[in-house]
Amino acid sequence: MKRLLLALFCFLSFSAFANEPTATTAEATDTEEFNPGEMILHHIGDSHEWHWFSTGNNHFTTYLPVIAFRPGHGLSTFSSRQLAEGKVYDGLKLEHEHLVSEDGSKVYDFSITKNVASLMLSATLLLVVFIAVARGYAKRGTGAPRGIQSFFEPIIIFVRDEVAKKSIGPKYERYMPYLLTVFFFIWFNNLMGLMPGGANLTGNIAVTMTLALLTLLITLFSSNKNYWAHIFATPGVPKALLPIMIPVELIGIVVKPFSLMVRLFANITAGHIVTLSFISLIFIFRNLGVAPVSLAFGLFINMLELLVAILQAYIFTLLTAMYIGGAVEDHHDADYQMGGGDGAEPAHAH
Amino acid sequence: MNIVTPEFGLIFWQVVIFGIVLLLLRSFAWKPILSSLKERESSIEGALRMADQAKLEMQELKAGNEKLLAEARLERDRIMKEATAMSNQLLEQAKDKANEEGTRLIAQAREAIQNEKNAALAEVKNTAAQLSIDIAERILRRELTDQPAQQQLVDSYLKEVKLN
Repeated sequence: MKRLLLALFCFLSFSAFANEPTATTAEATDTEEFNPGEMILHHIGDSHEWHWFSTGNNHFTTYLPVIAFRPGHGLSTFSSRQLAEGKVYDGLKLEHEHLVSEDGSKVYDFSITKNVASLMLSATLLLVVFIAVARGYAKRGTGAPRGIQSFFEPIIIFVRDEVAKKSIGPKYERYMPYLLTVFFFIWFNNLMGLMPGGANLTGNIAVTMTLALLTLLITLFSSNKNYWAHIFATPGVPKALLPIMIPVELIGIVVKPFSLMVRLFANITAGHIVTLSFISLIFIFRNLGVAPVSLAFGLFINMLELLVAILQAYIFTLLTAMYIGGAVEDHHDADYQMGGGDGAEPAHAH
Repeated sequence: MNIVTPEFGLIFWQVVIFGIVLLLLRSFAWKPILSSLKERESSIEGALRMADQAKLEMQELKAGNEKLLAEARLERDRIMKEATAMSNQLLEQAKDKANEEGTRLIAQAREAIQNEKNAALAEVKNTAAQLSIDIAERILRRELTDQPAQQQLVDSYLKEVKLN
């Protein structure tokens, strides 16, 4: 485990040391007005290289591979170093971190960007951690958990008992792998995003959109007769109102994952923006006296973000479970408090 | 790069990588973990149920023991009573037998005494008769000459015998 962590650090610290002979531009930026908005957007956005930090003119950056597909031209792969500082390579250039072709033709960008690299890293981490946990179970059988296993066990049990069982009901077992993966994926990536130099993966709308779409697909594919009956013939609603109700219910199907997408994206991005804003204050006022205040607030927000990291993972998982629960529920059974987490306990929870 | 515009490339990688992670974790992590948890929970439940059952059995056993003890006590009392009765009876019997034996012995003794007495009497009588004959012989030998004195002597002897 220790060796693995070391390897991880080595990978993370593998960075190109680029002493660029662009002193003039650097000096120019130094005297330039500090633009917090641009800085923040740069930090929370994606990019084709992983910039760690800069000291004066030295930029510590890991250049990531660019993979571009152009119809008629084919696939082209090269290091993003070729595109640094606005250079053109193979007819491609970066425009505001966006890969475009010089002639204006369509480019499909499959590059391993900072977020994709972070995604791969988190995927590896998830696999390593949970396969280690599973090995603990294989080794100890029904014995008491130890080590990493005992850290994750209560969380797994929480997701199973408090989220899946209560929201989905008796058919919860089929959806446990997705719920657990989503929960730990979001949590791990939230935490990785909080680390210095980390990518803002869960605060990226593409990622949250993919997760929300997966939830929508699972909900639709596991939906039963009652779910659709509830949409097209809402019980207790007069027939005359159905022309209004059906579109509303149909919109509801889309709004649910949309809210999932926006909630996670906005929460994580907002946290990053607030933290960066407090840090920006130091540069805006150009006064060391502001630093302690900025740091205190920044620290406070960071602590809050640690809470938000797990909270958002929980909320995403809980809402996913509730949407699935609504789709698989046999009929409106008062015993299963569908959508309730605050309501009374089910009379006979299984 | 607009932050609210989803990037096609990232969506692609997210689908691919998340899909792979989901499939790998499902078969190599979640399934073994959840089944182990279930197994452990059922084993704990089973152990608790068994403990309850054992407690119940223990109670039953204890109640049985007490019942047995009470029965044993009753039995002991009964046996004691019987033993006392029997010993009393035996004592009584022994006493009766002793009495009887005593009475029998006394009767036997009495009979023997009677017999001895009779024998003794007979012997006395015989001896007396012999004696009388001896006396009579001696008298007869000595006093055949003196008739009146003879008569007198015979009379006195007879008188004496009669008195006896």
